[in-house]
Amino acid sequence: MKRYDVQSCRIAAKREIAPGIFDVWVEAPEFAAAAQPGQFAQILVPGKTLRRPISICDAADGMLRFVFQVRGGGTARLAKDSAGDAWDILAPLGHGFSLPARGGRALFVGGGIGVPPLLFAARQLGAGARAVLGFRSRDGVILEEDFARAGCEVAVATEDGSAGYHGLVTGCLDGPDPDAVFACGPTPMLRAVAAWAEEKGVPCQLSLEERMACGLGACLGCACKLRRDGREEYGHVCKDGPVFDAREIVWEVE
Amino acid sequence: MAELRVQIAGVTLENPLIAASGAFGFGREYSEFYPLSTLGGISCKGITLKERSGNPPPRIAETPSGMLNSVGLQNPGVERFIREDLPWLREQGTRILANIAGNTPEEYCEMAEILSGTDVDLIELNISCPNVKQGGVQFGTSCAGVEGIVSQVRRFCKKPLVVKLSPNVADIGEIAAAAEAAGADALSMINTLTGMRIDIRTRRPILHNNTGGLSGPAVFPVAVRMVWQARQRVKIPIIGMGGVSCWQDAVEMLLAGASALQIGTVLFTDPYAPVKILDGLRRYLDENGIAAVPDLTGQVRPYGKEG
Repeated sequence: MKRYDVQSCRIAAKREIAPGIFDVWVEAPEFAAAAQPGQFAQILVPGKTLRRPISICDAADGMLRFVFQVRGGGTARLAKDSAGDAWDILAPLGHGFSLPARGGRALFVGGGIGVPPLLFAARQLGAGARAVLGFRSRDGVILEEDFARAGCEVAVATEDGSAGYHGLVTGCLDGPDPDAVFACGPTPMLRAVAAWAEEKGVPCQLSLEERMACGLGACLGCACKLRRDGREEYGHVCKDGPVFDAREIVWEVE
Repeated sequence: MAELRVQIAGVTLENPLIAASGAFGFGREYSEFYPLSTLGGISCKGITLKERSGNPPPRIAETPSGMLNSVGLQNPGVERFIREDLPWLREQGTRILANIAGNTPEEYCEMAEILSGTDVDLIELNISCPNVKQGGVQFGTSCAGVEGIVSQVRRFCKKPLVVKLSPNVADIGEIAAAAEAAGADALSMINTLTGMRIDIRTRRPILHNNTGGLSGPAVFPVAVRMVWQARQRVKIPIIGMGGVSCWQDAVEMLLAGASALQIGTVLFTDPYAPVKILDGLRRYLDENGIAAVPDLTGQVRPYGKEG
């Protein structure tokens, strides 16, 4: 197979696992074989100019799994499709997580819809890993069992205290020191996790999001400021990322 | 089999389809899908004399039937383009248009001179970028501005000179005529239309640059109209672009007066669009007994004033 390509993929199963959050498995043997944890796909939405970048939640049995949230018209349209329908998918894209050799202790930190991009990596590093998953409230909790099945010790946090730890996910980071941190979620969470990992001296990889057009690194739309070789420059989430070493990200002041 | 080859300013293109500047980088990412020789040409990402870092994000906003961008000419600078991208591009078997932008007329001239010493096939003068403070569109929105910059660059440019026009003007015919009079060998049009979106929750513009350039199917009828109007004012060939998304659009743009076409935004929807557009165009020519692409150029039959 090419490094990435466009294919029409049949939906094998679809389920709404939380209000407005959909869990979709598509048949895509070549993509599933090529996909790396942390990569993403660009899914065509009929009638829309831009594809929707959606993280690859998992790859197994010749299928790709996507867990996405309806945020606007495009994702709402995708959520209308069901088993038997086909998606036009461009994948696998981007630079994913660099996974250390097994044996180390990984910490996964996910916030809301930032949780799904971590599962594929967690399934490879599961045993001995901790997964700290944060949500607004109980009915938004997703993939808790999946992380547990991957072998992770799972802690759930909710902002309203309706499930697990009452507060932000960053309130439950402390525990046995990890060897590596993998995080995805809202920017304030990512900044806090990066600062925590920096203080602990633990390598930290973050999965970022940005408005995107081509998804390939050609149009230069999805810029993010990076510090590389001592100088600041705009890299691109689709090609240089979506996963970055936390130390190279230059956080923008609002 | 119909002849797909076209000539632009003495340069033969194997087919009339050119990847538009800004949508295609320097081609590497799309070469994963098909050989770049599939395309008649590639207009490279706009380059400047010195490296430019581009605008802060967000740089992209979707719109009904299109999108806004405000990338702001992020590019490695002309020297690195020549050293790192051009040798590879040259091996891909397609025509190369070097798209150049500058802060001052002197920069445009210097780049035209440097690139004239390389093996790019054509130079595309970008005087229509809406996303940078200097060097883009301020040269391209008045007849005097266009005439000034084109005639200056002309003296240093030894390659066929394509001038890329902005649609953000009152009378595109006047601008086209000014470019031709100043020595342009061809025109390419249209660049993006200036637009804006606002997030009603935060009351912030979606683009960090506040405004950006609108492209995609939404601008197609505007582009057709402008190509048609310019066609009536100039003799030099026009490379038509602006929302071309399917072979029917390609035929329409040719009928309006284009001799070749550029496609950009549709690549984001479907990276294989060039292959599909060329297949459709070839079939259309064969089925209608049209021998060659130039037989379509400008063949629209407009209604007369009296109806």
